[in-house]
Amino acid sequence: MTGTPPILDAATSRRYRWRLLNDQLARYWVGIGGISVIFAIALIFFYLFYVVLPLLVPASAEETVSYAVPGGGTTLHLEMEELNQQAVRYTTDGRAIFFTVRDGTPVGQVRLPVTDVRSFATGAPGSGLVALGLGDGRALVLRHVFKVSYPGNVRTITPAIEYPYGEEPLVVDEDGRPLTRLAVRDSEERLTLLAASDLGPLVLADFTKESSFLEDAITLERTGSLIDPAGVEPKFMLVGPQQRRLFVAAEDGELLHFEVRRGDQVRLVERIRLLPEERELTVLRFLAGGNSLLAGDSGGRIAQWFPVRDPHNRHTLQHVRSFDAQDRPVIDIAVEERRKGFAAVDAAGRVGLYHTTAERTLLVEQVGPGTLLHLSISPRADHMLIEDADGRLHLWQVENEHPEVSWHSLWEKVHYEGYGEPAYIWQSSSASNDFEPKFSLVPLSFGTIKAAFYAMLVAVPLAIMGAIYTAYFMAPRMRQMVKPSIEIMEALPTVILGFLAGLWLAPMMESHLPGIFALLLMMPLGLLVFAFAWRHMPQPVRRWVPNGWEAALLIPVVLFLGWLSFALSAPLEQGLFGGDMRGWLHTELGIGFDQRNSLVVGLAMGFAVIPTIFSITEDAIFSVPKHLTFGSLALGATPWQTLSRVVILTASPGIFSAVMIGLGRAVGETMIVLMATGNTPVMDFSIFQGMRTLSANIAVEMPESEVASTHYRILFLAALVLFMFTFIFNTVAELIRQRLRRRYASL
Amino acid sequence: MLKNTKTWFRSGDPWIWLNAGALSISIVMVTGLLILIAARGFGHFWPKPIIEADYVENDGGVIRLVGEIHDEETVPVDRLHGTGIELPAGATHFKRYLVKTGNRDVGGLDFRWVFAHRMQAPREPEALMALERREWGNFYGYLRSIREDGRVVAEGEAAWEALQARLERSEALFREIRRIERGEIGSINYGLERLRLAERKQELAGSVNPKVQADIAEERQRLEATYQGLQAKLAGLYEAINRDSLTAEVMNGRMVEIPLAKVVRAYRPNAMGPFAKVGFYGEKLWEFVSDDPREANTEGGIFPAIFGTVMMVILMSVIVTPFGVLAAVYLREYAKQGPMTRLIRIAVNNLAGVPSIVYGVFGLGFFVYFLGGNIDQLFFPEAAPAPTFGTPGIMWASLTLALLTLPVVIVATEEGLARIPRAIREGSLALGATKLETLWRTVLPMASPAMMTGLILAVARAAGEVAPLMLVGVVKLAPSLPLDDNAPFLHLDRKFMHLGFHIYDVGFQSPNVEAARPLVYATALLLVLVIIALNLAAIAIRNHLREKYRALEH
Repeated sequence: MTGTPPILDAATSRRYRWRLLNDQLARYWVGIGGISVIFAIALIFFYLFYVVLPLLVPASAEETVSYAVPGGGTTLHLEMEELNQQAVRYTTDGRAIFFTVRDGTPVGQVRLPVTDVRSFATGAPGSGLVALGLGDGRALVLRHVFKVSYPGNVRTITPAIEYPYGEEPLVVDEDGRPLTRLAVRDSEERLTLLAASDLGPLVLADFTKESSFLEDAITLERTGSLIDPAGVEPKFMLVGPQQRRLFVAAEDGELLHFEVRRGDQVRLVERIRLLPEERELTVLRFLAGGNSLLAGDSGGRIAQWFPVRDPHNRHTLQHVRSFDAQDRPVIDIAVEERRKGFAAVDAAGRVGLYHTTAERTLLVEQVGPGTLLHLSISPRADHMLIEDADGRLHLWQVENEHPEVSWHSLWEKVHYEGYGEPAYIWQSSSASNDFEPKFSLVPLSFGTIKAAFYAMLVAVPLAIMGAIYTAYFMAPRMRQMVKPSIEIMEALPTVILGFLAGLWLAPMMESHLPGIFALLLMMPLGLLVFAFAWRHMPQPVRRWVPNGWEAALLIPVVLFLGWLSFALSAPLEQGLFGGDMRGWLHTELGIGFDQRNSLVVGLAMGFAVIPTIFSITEDAIFSVPKHLTFGSLALGATPWQTLSRVVILTASPGIFSAVMIGLGRAVGETMIVLMATGNTPVMDFSIFQGMRTLSANIAVEMPESEVASTHYRILFLAALVLFMFTFIFNTVAELIRQRLRRRYASL
Repeated sequence: MLKNTKTWFRSGDPWIWLNAGALSISIVMVTGLLILIAARGFGHFWPKPIIEADYVENDGGVIRLVGEIHDEETVPVDRLHGTGIELPAGATHFKRYLVKTGNRDVGGLDFRWVFAHRMQAPREPEALMALERREWGNFYGYLRSIREDGRVVAEGEAAWEALQARLERSEALFREIRRIERGEIGSINYGLERLRLAERKQELAGSVNPKVQADIAEERQRLEATYQGLQAKLAGLYEAINRDSLTAEVMNGRMVEIPLAKVVRAYRPNAMGPFAKVGFYGEKLWEFVSDDPREANTEGGIFPAIFGTVMMVILMSVIVTPFGVLAAVYLREYAKQGPMTRLIRIAVNNLAGVPSIVYGVFGLGFFVYFLGGNIDQLFFPEAAPAPTFGTPGIMWASLTLALLTLPVVIVATEEGLARIPRAIREGSLALGATKLETLWRTVLPMASPAMMTGLILAVARAAGEVAPLMLVGVVKLAPSLPLDDNAPFLHLDRKFMHLGFHIYDVGFQSPNVEAARPLVYATALLLVLVIIALNLAAIAIRNHLREKYRALEH
């Protein structure tokens, strides 16, 4: 094709070259276009995978900088602010030192109006609340704030110390004993301090805020109560959220758990040991949200405990899980502000990062050779500030985007805070900030399988039997009418099926429940009875309907049977179920009844799947080579024997692939399940209960999900699972069909 | 007889009948479903009689009940035990009617269940009037008088005549008001927003050109002035439209005054003859397809949803056709046939079976957040932080659905290409045509009906698909259409309404599902009709094609 034939004149040869060039160009264009379309399709898979991938990336951390502790003195507490620019450090000599996180340059120092600091406590993580216990039974309560402003469009952070409860220390112990241990917590209207001295009872001081309208200042109303420590020498004390629970623990791990009512009525709930005999308690902290306790011990173990309702309807602490990655005494624990993660430093110079719900030890890194004293995690959990025994601060940068995800948290039973036992739960978001996200995919997968199962239960028999009849027994003229109507059935938008299922079928089924079950029983029986009766009809009547038109004849029968079942519904309900089948189910069998239940979904989705299975099955049976059937019939087999022993056997791979493709469709169907179920992620195989499927879950939650959050990525994971599942199923089914086609060709 | 039965079973005949029965059930299900939708959908617009009856309440008191019978059911007596409702002894079942009493602003609820046996002397007085209102749903009652600026101008039977005339006037005024508010003021707002963006763009670029600034300021002033003028005009129109009101008596005897500005239509179904009813039916049907929705989509028309669906489908077709055909031509005509193309073919085929929600997830992540986000950063920094393309919109919805329907087009086109006999290609090549010429002049024209089939099937699928759209651009109520008279006319970044989503939203998310249900049936009917028509067209073309090629082969 190269070169110009010499016989052509100049103009024609130019034209010829032009045509060849066009042809070549088209070749490239089509090639590029075709390949890019195929590439676009592959992109779906890779993009889904690309979004899911960060879930699998392990956490990492590295030291960015280290510097001498700014300001001198002994550290009581370290805390970073939201933007990782500045931090505050409290010292034993009553100073608050603000410094830049990047290099430790002091940016301010506040000398607190106290002397003789005996103890120190912080409020809820992120609140900035701090209390200093003094030698005279009083405590100073203050709050550090980092004000962000934009003078001249430049972000400026101004640290400050505020005294929301007055600059004068509050009297905690009216006897003036020195406060050697302290715990603090505040809420909208109350401030609670729990204090211990070396001798005598603990003091619970509750200050109710009373703001007067006339002046800005608030006045505090003190109610105090004394608590008997019952022989426990308090080393660690905590006040829970809403000031409802108190925890007091001794060094040997003995813990007292109190409940507080109306501010001053204290009741001992239990007395337990947190540790094995030979160990010592080294740290006790709340996890974010204040429901769980984290107890670090001298053996390097960190255990999570939280209150669980016991048979006597009391909330008692229960050991939930522990982390053993560090084997030297735990010195300090810092909890993440917005997630259920925490970090711990130990006496061997290591820091460990953990997540409780996922039961993951995310990483353990060596910070320095010696003991590490203090630890702080930034509010966004992307930096850690660690102080070692040599007076140096180490700033670590943390990459830990998705600690919530692990095999355990997605696929196994997880013991969530506040639950009596480990369970499979999907609950991705809630209004409250310290909510523990529950990302178990098990209930969703279960719902998906359940919905698909009931749909297949309806669709497989109807579709395969119908296809057998259409392909093998039906008159060609009727077949020409039936096939388009099945195609129309396939084309019906699922939103319409879902809408009818939810708004028409579900209420109708609820009021005619016995009728539905009667229908299931009467339909096959009725059809057989009719067939038998038809056989005994006189010849002229029978000739009226030629062979291959039985299905048309049966349509009025089906209609009649349907009508009869529904007409019988009320009498049946009256006679068998005392007039109310729903109530009967509930009282006699203990089965709950949802109006939008699996039966509705099964019928509606079965309807959607029937045409898929029907078409492929019909195709497989119809293309079984005719000489096979002729041979069988010639040997004296009846049509049914030929069908069941020759045709179906030959076509069985095709039927199998039809069922697989149908199943793939049922698994991925969204609108029907979205509209025809209550979308509650329950794990119950009952036919009268709803479910939530993976696909419906995506449709419900995706629009509200925050981009790049764990929730977002888990939804992508669900989509990827659906994609892979249907793709693999369809590919296998397609390969089977192709093999079958080749086999037919060779027969 | 017994032996007879046994041989009958042996012969397998019963199984054949059962198989036939399975098919009959399927067919009954499809046709039943279509008939159900058609009956409910078409029935929605037919004026129902308003009944009046004396109803005995639980406490024995008798009230006057006025409303349309909406639904009925038979309840077994046992289910009513313990509800505190007194029932006459002896009967086992009771008939209940769901009566639409309307007048939500008067009575709070617009539906109630009543027992048939307690309704006494049901009648259909001709004077009973139904009002369709712009808010608060339907009103039922007796028209008593018409007022103009508070004074009575017509009473009794004359009031009805006056009402019709005055309604026409207020309707005309209402249309004018809406035209100004939506059209002209909408244009002004759009212009102001563009000016703001232009200004911001300059600021961001750092080159503040005083001349351009002055132009912008001037333009803004001009728009503001026009706006003031329109406002004044609107105030006048509002005054005019609020002139008239009607007084009507509701079922508990109270007199209610309703401004005519709030009334869409007044009719007396009990007094209508068959022809009047047909006329009313046509009017309602037209309103349904041509008007905007009212009352949180539960009443009025669905025009924006129809428009959005059509628009989205057209955009999708424009994208999917060239790419689908290109891919099919590549696979069938250019690519080397081998295991690789077989694999690709299987993959393409299987994509048709991938759940549509997966495409939605992909569209949201890739198109909206990734592509759209980058487009915003590159081309629309002035609009930040408000996203332009970085938010779901009609372009992304069309692209997502194009991807979803790509396999349909590819498979259909490939099938068409495969059906063309080799002889035709070889004949063309033998005459000296290049491959491109053969393709362009012979093969593709012959395959064009197959492509058409593919496209029609793609359109049918896209029109009915909802799940992915929920993620990439559909909203329950779009403030403006994606196509309007403000340059650049086609707004690809706008969100749109869609028939399928309308069904889902109104049927399941609406606060008053009972009132919305008939409208949902009508919408479903419309969607089903469109999709069936498209599919029948595709089937017809395909059958025609088969015949044609059969002729070619011989």
